[in-house]
Amino acid sequence: MLNTLKLPQKDALRTKTENISGSEILLKAFIAEGVDTIFGYPGGAIMPIYDALYDYQQQLNHILVRHEQGGIHAAQGYARASGRTGVVFATSGPGATNLITGLADALIDSTPLVCITGQVFAHLLGTDAFQETDVINITTPVTKWNFQVTDARELPSAIAKAFHIAGSGRPGPVLIDITKNAQLQKIDFEGYTPCKFLRSYRPKPIVRREPIEQAAALINKAKRPFVLWGQGVILGKAEQEFRAFIEKTGIPAAWTILGLSALSTDHPLNVGMLGMHGNYGPNLLTNECDVMIAIGMRFDDRVTGRLDKYAKQATIIHLDIDPSEIDKNVKADVGIWGDCKETLPILTELVEKGSHKEWLQRFYDCTKEEEKQVIHDELHPTTSEMTMGEVINVMNELTGGDAIVVTDVGQHQMVACRYAKFNQTKSNVTSGGLGTMGFALPAAIGAKFGAPDRTVIAIIGDGGFQMTIQELGTIMQSNVDVKIIILNNRFLGMVRQWQQLFHDKRYSFVNITSPDFVMVAKGYGIAGKSISDRNDLRESLQTMLNHPGAFLLEIMVGKENNVFPMVPQGCSVSEIRLK
Amino acid sequence: MAKEQYTITIYTENNVGLLNRIAIIFSRRKINIDSLNSSPSEIDGIYRFTIVIDETEEVVRKLARQIEKQVEVLKAYYNTNDEIVWQEMALYKVPADQITEKAKVERLLREYGARAVVIRRDYIIFETTGHREETDKLVKVLEPYGMIEFVRTARVAIIKASHGFHEKLKDFEEMQPGSKLVENEFLNKQDEVFTM
Repeated sequence: MLNTLKLPQKDALRTKTENISGSEILLKAFIAEGVDTIFGYPGGAIMPIYDALYDYQQQLNHILVRHEQGGIHAAQGYARASGRTGVVFATSGPGATNLITGLADALIDSTPLVCITGQVFAHLLGTDAFQETDVINITTPVTKWNFQVTDARELPSAIAKAFHIAGSGRPGPVLIDITKNAQLQKIDFEGYTPCKFLRSYRPKPIVRREPIEQAAALINKAKRPFVLWGQGVILGKAEQEFRAFIEKTGIPAAWTILGLSALSTDHPLNVGMLGMHGNYGPNLLTNECDVMIAIGMRFDDRVTGRLDKYAKQATIIHLDIDPSEIDKNVKADVGIWGDCKETLPILTELVEKGSHKEWLQRFYDCTKEEEKQVIHDELHPTTSEMTMGEVINVMNELTGGDAIVVTDVGQHQMVACRYAKFNQTKSNVTSGGLGTMGFALPAAIGAKFGAPDRTVIAIIGDGGFQMTIQELGTIMQSNVDVKIIILNNRFLGMVRQWQQLFHDKRYSFVNITSPDFVMVAKGYGIAGKSISDRNDLRESLQTMLNHPGAFLLEIMVGKENNVFPMVPQGCSVSEIRLK
Repeated sequence: MAKEQYTITIYTENNVGLLNRIAIIFSRRKINIDSLNSSPSEIDGIYRFTIVIDETEEVVRKLARQIEKQVEVLKAYYNTNDEIVWQEMALYKVPADQITEKAKVERLLREYGARAVVIRRDYIIFETTGHREETDKLVKVLEPYGMIEFVRTARVAIIKASHGFHEKLKDFEEMQPGSKLVENEFLNKQDEVFTM
């Protein structure tokens, strides 16, 4: 059965009928959707699409990556930095299976992607043909939606649905698997019609006023209200609305790792980071607030710590576009379903202008305590070895908080997110939910294409860098201007920290050796430098930032430094340890 | 909170792969499906899955939300047994000689509300419709007569209070997030559980 959309033809972008191949239809659809960049890797089953792409190089910039995982992470970086849907090409079989990690990452971090995989001829499906794999079933748990096209006539509607589903509501990755015959098949193409509506899919719940009124009444009576915000604010493009809300009410606000940069880090009401390695105040005072307002966040276990001791004293208001998130982990007293771009302005209008000076002061006091016990030594160490924090601190001074910072996963990620300064939204790109090591290097490449006018700095550990090190080839070939900082502690630092704290220092396979990164970079024609002396830090970072084109700066840091504060696993957030 | 039998009714588009998308929502959480049926619904082109599981209300509510989140799912409802009318159908193949000689066919048919679907020289196929206990009862009765084959369908159910899909849809729009929270039993066992 053909799954065609029945939309009025007046919406079609082309009206002249042409007889063209499925592959060409795909590319025309991309152009109609405003796609400018594709990250991909060719192979047998996607060759007709690549053949068509040969004639579309002016309109569509294809970036040849070195591994499909790099391709999809790059598309994620592109999407996160630009707020648009990232596009990936991969071939069948191994090409498609290499996308899985990126799909899982994009699903859990709500990143809009459209992935196109080639597939064997339709008549070969199920025959164990060369490079055939059951991509649809493999990717079902890690896609928002997926679909196999076996006839070119299905293509226009499949692509239209793909972009609609990927980018609307709570965004996510979509995969379209196209058999080779459908790529080659010529059909009469009447023009591309974008999809605006699917009857079974409601991207945004209908906004109801009553819960918002209830929430406003609770907020107006609150003595110690506390806002938690997540990536929903960024995805909903509701940064202004969010700021207006907290500024009117004067409520202190803390962020989840993916919410970072939605509000500038030096805003007086921005009290810091939530969760396991978050700031002292936001964690400690979670268990003292009387009204908690969670906006576009999902109460991940890394944020909540032990649930039965999480904000039990508080009345909880939860705003989310995804109804399945409300009550999933933390029971909401008032659940506000909807896009925060729509719900926040209503709430802001209903709440009274206010300030919570004493309550806010408690956060500032906690910051002072944290400053004394943790931050000062991290940013201004007296040890001979450098700390990760001081690197970020000097970087902040040089960039002024204007750069896009892409981080990998582990200690450096926590340190970078804790200390990096941000002045504008969509500046923090990291793998939050899935914690994918190897994410940063390809994601930084994508971020640069998504925001070509901005400085993109990838901060990566020595372990994660070696997971996708091959993408240096992409940087070389496509002249991608990304600045790479490797914070090298010669350990898989986060696992080592846990082994130290919870496994009697039994350092089981965390001792990782690295190649000469600068020489590796040199092999790829990328300038680089390695430093281990504090006196070289500022100048080297400046050199990196001034360098025209990509630059790799390896910074040797203390081997056994730990990230603090820390909420140990199984503890309440208020049991946060400062050392 | 005690586990109970719940019937989940799901209205969907009719697309290849959707069954898998729904099934993995259960298997990911290691929840066993007791019975699963797919059939057309009262609305043209919309399909209806009926799934029976044994779980707590809390778990079922979250499952229903996850199911409804799927792009091609229109709506997912869940009901306890007292909120629905349901039936299962069973077929029994029994050797004809045994049955005609030793048991009174007519009595069987009357007593168990059964129907003979096929009567052959070598075997008879009976059919009954009813709740699980009812169809099970006839198995017990027929077993001594050398029952050759037995098969039972999945549950099909209709919600007593429903006024059809469109009306129910409005009810669910009004529904607020629920009231109870299940906490992770492993969170209290930090020494035994190591996660990264």
